[in-house]
Amino acid sequence: MENLTSVVDWSRLQFAITAIYHWLFVPLTLGLSVIVAIMESIYLKTKSDNWLRATKFWMTLFAINFAIGVATGLILEFEFGTNWSNYSWFVGDIFGAPLAIEGIFAFFMEATFGAVMFFGWNKVSPKFHLASTWLTAIGASISALWILVANAWMQYPVGMEFDPAQMRNVMVDFWALFSGIAVNKFFHAVFSGWALAGVFVIGVSCYMLWRNRNRDFALSSIKVGGWFGLIGLLLTMYTGDGSAVQVARHQPMKLAAMEGLYHGHKGQSLTGMAILNPNKEWDNAEDEYLFEVSIPYGLSILANHDMDSFVPGITDIVNGFSINAEGDTINTVSYAERIERGKLAQKALGEYDAARKAGDTAAMQLAEKELRANYPYFGYAYFKDVKEAIPPVGLTFTMFRIMVILGSYFLLFFVVALFLAYRVDFEKKGWKWFNIVAMVSVPFMWLCSEAGWAVAEVGRQPWTIQDLLPTIAAISDIPTTSVVVTFWMFAAVFTVLLVAEVSIMCRFIEKKSKEQLFN
Amino acid sequence: MTLECLQNYWWLIISVLGAILVFLLFVQGGQSMLFGLGNTEARRDFIVECMGSKWELTFTTLVTFGGAFFASFPLFYSTSFGGAYWLWIIILFSFVLQAVSYEYRRKKGNVYGTRTYDTFLFINGSVGCILLGVAVAMFFFGGEFTVNRDNILSGQAPVISQWASTHGFEAIFNWQNLVLGMAVLFLARMQACLYLLNRLGDRDEDFFNRIKASAFINGGIFVVAFLAFLSILFTTTGYDVVTEGGRTVSVSEAPYKYFFNMVSDWWELAVLLLGVVFVLYGLLRSVLARHFTKGIWFTGIGTMLAVLAIFWAAGYGDTAFLPSITDPMSSLTIRNASSTEFTLTAMFYASLFIPVVVAYIWYVWRQMDKK
Repeated sequence: MENLTSVVDWSRLQFAITAIYHWLFVPLTLGLSVIVAIMESIYLKTKSDNWLRATKFWMTLFAINFAIGVATGLILEFEFGTNWSNYSWFVGDIFGAPLAIEGIFAFFMEATFGAVMFFGWNKVSPKFHLASTWLTAIGASISALWILVANAWMQYPVGMEFDPAQMRNVMVDFWALFSGIAVNKFFHAVFSGWALAGVFVIGVSCYMLWRNRNRDFALSSIKVGGWFGLIGLLLTMYTGDGSAVQVARHQPMKLAAMEGLYHGHKGQSLTGMAILNPNKEWDNAEDEYLFEVSIPYGLSILANHDMDSFVPGITDIVNGFSINAEGDTINTVSYAERIERGKLAQKALGEYDAARKAGDTAAMQLAEKELRANYPYFGYAYFKDVKEAIPPVGLTFTMFRIMVILGSYFLLFFVVALFLAYRVDFEKKGWKWFNIVAMVSVPFMWLCSEAGWAVAEVGRQPWTIQDLLPTIAAISDIPTTSVVVTFWMFAAVFTVLLVAEVSIMCRFIEKKSKEQLFN
Repeated sequence: MTLECLQNYWWLIISVLGAILVFLLFVQGGQSMLFGLGNTEARRDFIVECMGSKWELTFTTLVTFGGAFFASFPLFYSTSFGGAYWLWIIILFSFVLQAVSYEYRRKKGNVYGTRTYDTFLFINGSVGCILLGVAVAMFFFGGEFTVNRDNILSGQAPVISQWASTHGFEAIFNWQNLVLGMAVLFLARMQACLYLLNRLGDRDEDFFNRIKASAFINGGIFVVAFLAFLSILFTTTGYDVVTEGGRTVSVSEAPYKYFFNMVSDWWELAVLLLGVVFVLYGLLRSVLARHFTKGIWFTGIGTMLAVLAIFWAAGYGDTAFLPSITDPMSSLTIRNASSTEFTLTAMFYASLFIPVVVAYIWYVWRQMDKK
């Protein structure tokens, strides 16, 4: 196979750009679908044409966004096969099921009732239409549930065992896929979509206020979007706290990378702002930061909800310190030993296979025993050096801070937006600046959301399946040039379509803002 | 259920999804005729309006077809998608173009103009159909690949499925595959015509006759291409594969494999013939009668029956549903490429909801198509 690293890097880039683009559209779909359903419910209850027009306004924006989300989602699913074929075989017995179930339960629901929602205003009864709008929103969330269950499983592989006869992992407990990590990840992602949609609705409404158009419509939309977004953001923060504890226990290396922490302590402080030392390696004596502002005990509280607890850093983990599922610090297997034991596991698998071909049952049993004892470190055998098992620290560290800082900002943003919507006349001169702030804030909500995913996905590198299958062993046998071409192909078409989407949205908002939406 | 039973069951589900997908490709067929049949803007808009309310069903069926293949036969997913890279990438690319076009083509500020989006629809309609046909043809005419599970232990090249360096282009330019590709395209175009006749009713006599003429031409080409495909299929040498414990034990060449598959499993042949009769009846009555608008239901049912039979011939009877030209022992069957009994059972329970899904789609379709 030609230059393995290049294929891996370009395949990762292609998957990353597809996922980044996909996540530009999905959170808005998740949040806006519920907002539209809420507005249509109000319309059906009040019979007010104002709410009918509001529903149709936001529904049109939802439709423009929905189409492109569908397109990017298709590519993501099939890229598991086209670019990560080894992965598809090695864990397809487990990973394929959520994707298929997502299709059966969620996609058809979204597609079928979405068609009623968009085109069925004069073809079905109002109640049937409302039910379709809610079912579209529910379908979107069910879709998110299954894909996030699959994603969580990659980071915390449970409910499976390795079958040496087939040389792959097989499912042994379907319901184990719904681990605490999966449930938390689902709610974290969906609620973040609610927050994002809330910011979007406020931003668009503030544009109308800024242009002195549709004041009543804008204020009503801000109230719905503001409450919805605020609740979503608070729940995102709550589930984010849960995520931090889970990451500390199951992916301590990710947490250490998020903090740029190499040597942990009891009562570990949380780094608020810092400049990472680019010369710092896991095995040298350089300082971790060139500059640092930290919050005492912060990381211990974040990771373990215990201000005196020990949080291991990268060097500690490489040397064999970790935290077990109960939150206790344990001395576990060092990375150097993991590599050795991974090699033992792979050697035993080879011996098992040879014994199977020879029909030597006794040798098979012996090899299987050795394999099972070392299988938890199977994936480490692909590394030559322990540093290959350390994620990119700088990117993970930076993205984590962007997510937290912007998340905190948006909490304040929602509070101010709601306060102004209820208490203060937006048209009064002194508050007009908030309209501009709200408009400018919209893209930053996307940045916040994308940064969250970057933390989750970059921080778990180099693993596709935690501890079992690194990216280098998960790829397809394709030439680098092919992946380079398809990377640019998708990058170009996604960008072209994004430009069209934003342009259509802007034109639509501008046009509608000139009409009388509320009487 | 035993593992064998589950494997048969899941190949049946794959076949059903494949059959529904081929039927729903009438959406793509309509797109491929946007510039020919839709000779005025109003007619073009009518075609788009008719297809636009159904495109997501085709799209979703394609996604579910892929997901179901992944879950039930992951070695196929791994080998075919990662191997015939360019074939699948071009198919996916064309569907990306489709996904936004219906929504954006008439919207103000769409940047590139309506004609660009209509061209996107045309590309998806023609390229998508042909290449999906090529992909299915590989079930019979195979690919140049090897599968070696031991490769997972190789640090330098840990990929278990390895394909010829052309990575799917060889499949695209294989004339046998292209025959089925053309058959699928013209079937989709014919069905699109019949669906349009159904939607148009008696609103525009001139357009009605124009669509009817198009149905005749596309139907005629389809029949020729389909007969050519069947002739090739029935005279092709396939593989008899013996597997044990999910591993291939032996492979032997079997002349006229697919013909004998259908003859030995007579119900496959019966379903194929019934499908052909339905398609021909739907087409001929639509074309010959003065004003018959229900042809789509006959050709639709016929298409699904015929596709079911073709999939069954590919997967059942110890047949390789992805034969390897390079190394016959690497050929994929529903026995050696499947998920485990546990996963197939879990998926079996999930699949019990498929009739519910079909029922609500049917109900909603009827509601939305009320005139």
